[in-house]
Amino acid sequence: MTRRDTDWDGVRLHVVTGKGGTGKTTVAAALALALATDGRRVLLVEVEGRQGIAQLFDCPPLPYAERRVAVAPATPDQPGGDVYALAADPESALIEYLEMFYGLRHAGSALTRFGVLDFATTIAPGLRDVLLTGKAAEAVRRKEGGRRVYDAVVLDAPPTGRIARFLNVSAEVSGLARVGPIRGHADMVQRVIRSPETAVHFVTVLEEMPVQETLDGIAELRDLSEPAGSQAAGHGAIAAHGSPYRPGSPGSGDGGRAHPAGGFQVGGIMINMVRPAALAGEQLRAAARGQVDEDDLALSLKAAGLDDSRRLAADLATELAEHATAASAAQGRRRRLARTGRPCYDLPLIADGIDLAGLYRLAAALRDQAAA
Amino acid sequence: MTSGAGGSVTAGRVRPPRLDVDGLIDDRRTRIIVCCGAGGVGKTTTAAAVGLRAAERGRHVVVLTVDPARRLAQSMGLTWLDNIPRPVPLGERAGPGTLHAMMLDMKRTFDEIVETHADPDRAAQILANPFYQSVSSSFSGTQEYMAMEKLGQLHRAGEWDLIVVDTPPSRSALDFLDAPQRLSRFLDGRLLRLLTAPAKMGGRAYLRLLNAGVGVVTGMLTKVLGAQVLRDAQTFVSALDTMFGGFRERADYTYRLLRAHGTAFLVIAVPEGDALREASYFVERLDSEGMPLAGLILNRVHQSPAAHLSAARSLAAAETLATAGPAGEAPAAARGAGPHDLAVAALRLHAERMQQAAAERRLAEHFTAAHPLVPVAEVPAQPDDVHDLAGLRAIGRWFGQEEGSRQPA
Repeated sequence: MTRRDTDWDGVRLHVVTGKGGTGKTTVAAALALALATDGRRVLLVEVEGRQGIAQLFDCPPLPYAERRVAVAPATPDQPGGDVYALAADPESALIEYLEMFYGLRHAGSALTRFGVLDFATTIAPGLRDVLLTGKAAEAVRRKEGGRRVYDAVVLDAPPTGRIARFLNVSAEVSGLARVGPIRGHADMVQRVIRSPETAVHFVTVLEEMPVQETLDGIAELRDLSEPAGSQAAGHGAIAAHGSPYRPGSPGSGDGGRAHPAGGFQVGGIMINMVRPAALAGEQLRAAARGQVDEDDLALSLKAAGLDDSRRLAADLATELAEHATAASAAQGRRRRLARTGRPCYDLPLIADGIDLAGLYRLAAALRDQAAA
Repeated sequence: MTSGAGGSVTAGRVRPPRLDVDGLIDDRRTRIIVCCGAGGVGKTTTAAAVGLRAAERGRHVVVLTVDPARRLAQSMGLTWLDNIPRPVPLGERAGPGTLHAMMLDMKRTFDEIVETHADPDRAAQILANPFYQSVSSSFSGTQEYMAMEKLGQLHRAGEWDLIVVDTPPSRSALDFLDAPQRLSRFLDGRLLRLLTAPAKMGGRAYLRLLNAGVGVVTGMLTKVLGAQVLRDAQTFVSALDTMFGGFRERADYTYRLLRAHGTAFLVIAVPEGDALREASYFVERLDSEGMPLAGLILNRVHQSPAAHLSAARSLAAAETLATAGPAGEAPAAARGAGPHDLAVAALRLHAERMQQAAAERRLAEHFTAAHPLVPVAEVPAQPDDVHDLAGLRAIGRWFGQEEGSRQPA
């Protein structure tokens, strides 16, 4: 079985984050489809109780169980694979954890009765995150008959603003529990997440706020990856909003495979909803300055048989100028993203909403660019 | 259906009533405006634009934002926002009104509550507790509660006659409504009482009172969390319980404030499926909670100055021109060197814009079909980000009365 090289060979846990509205869940699903080739089996996990995966794949709400939701189609040069999905919630994860590691059966009803989960999410949100990341880590490591059950796991993670805290579970929990079983569990989860087998991908669109949040999120993960940073971890390190991006942080600029032990591996930047620019080069720059040759435009419109070509030319010139302003601002943002040294992948805007066919198109785009 | 209070249907099109933001902010009885909606729909910018417009129409306004976006601070002429309301210089337009802005620092707000309600020794003890640190700086729940707490504080301060508040970018837009009650539930929870029992009764006495079910749970917790963690949790919880007796009352007070006359909710959305679905949930939820909804502000609506040229005719004209070029040019290449390239690009762009506008209109109509009584104001997509007061003013003009907020029919 041969498989072409991708940028993330060796990565088995793909964490996908992104600001709300950037299509994080869609991209996570497309990535899972893209990874599911060659008879591979991929698990897609969601953790925010939104049932976003079920909506995307047009299936009934997912239970806390792994269900096959899609078959990646075979191509002439590659056979297909399977995508499984799981909607993980902390309550079920806790009950499963108790049964698996402590043999505590029927723990569920007592826990619910005493509001343990309400309590845990209120008093120690870190515990909740450990349970969720722990479920993904467990799926990554799970074996049956000596073989890995899943070739890859894609985690549809919380939004960019919360991702560092979500992944930095060991610091979260170590503040609370210096020893004890939950600490041991958190440390195991942390080893998986901070290993070269895990990559954290950022989904963004080329708008100001999502791009800035992406840069901030990458900087945060890099801060937490430095030995000094992880020593001093805890809460102060995360609270630094908008910490400036520092070029040349460890783990940058070399394809991301060489990072210090214990560092988070920042994966790729998935630029979603990319629309082709209507103009290019000098024409775009001129239009962005508001310089559109209306006479020329009017002549062409007249040639096309359109009425009132002068007024129409003025209106269309306004539209072109607005488009060019937005497009050159987007180009500037793209350059800022590129300066992180992380590979950027373009995903086309799928008009008329995402359906299964749209997901396959996005998956193909990811594969074409060697993201999977 | 009659026009007037409700929406109207003309030629199969569902028209919502128009949201009158100026009427809302000019009404001195309006004391609190809450902007809510899904993440990434421009809530914070909208809140700032509403606040600015109200201030320039003579109100004394404070905008409470939870979004740490620096550009917003800069757009208001401030370098940085913090937990204290800062005056926003309004320039030559300055009239009788004033504008202050602040950004919620939830940890600081929480710390202040502790410092105000506990003696110094006890406060220091609580601030150092690992559970307190986790709770006060976490993003789930605390931010919503602290936003409500801050709102209550600003209201009690009485220095402003209008508070515009932007809700946290929660998992769900509904979370902040639930925050005060979640806290009440938490404080009333059986587990909490169980954990506080040893502190109240002292020593091991409480053990005798435990029934079997409780024993199972504490046993499980000790097994999973470890005894030290449980002790820390108990210390924190008992501190909460004794010190924050007033917590629940204040949470209830804020909740009542949200339902009172003088509070208005603005639901913010963009014409996309998810955002409008979230807006729908919100509208229904506000209704069932008896909270006063003023209307929906629809941001980033695409419009065209040449709406009379349909997408189909525009595309057809583009094809005509593309094939009319000199032989040999690939007609599809917008960046080729044909004589009509500029017009071809402009016509295709226009067609795309018309298609997008039509898709957005369908989504907006779905919303109005489901909620025909909810007034709507539309703000067109801006080519670039808002980066100064002029930009915020321009947005305000759209949902104010100065510009029609609807596309020409």
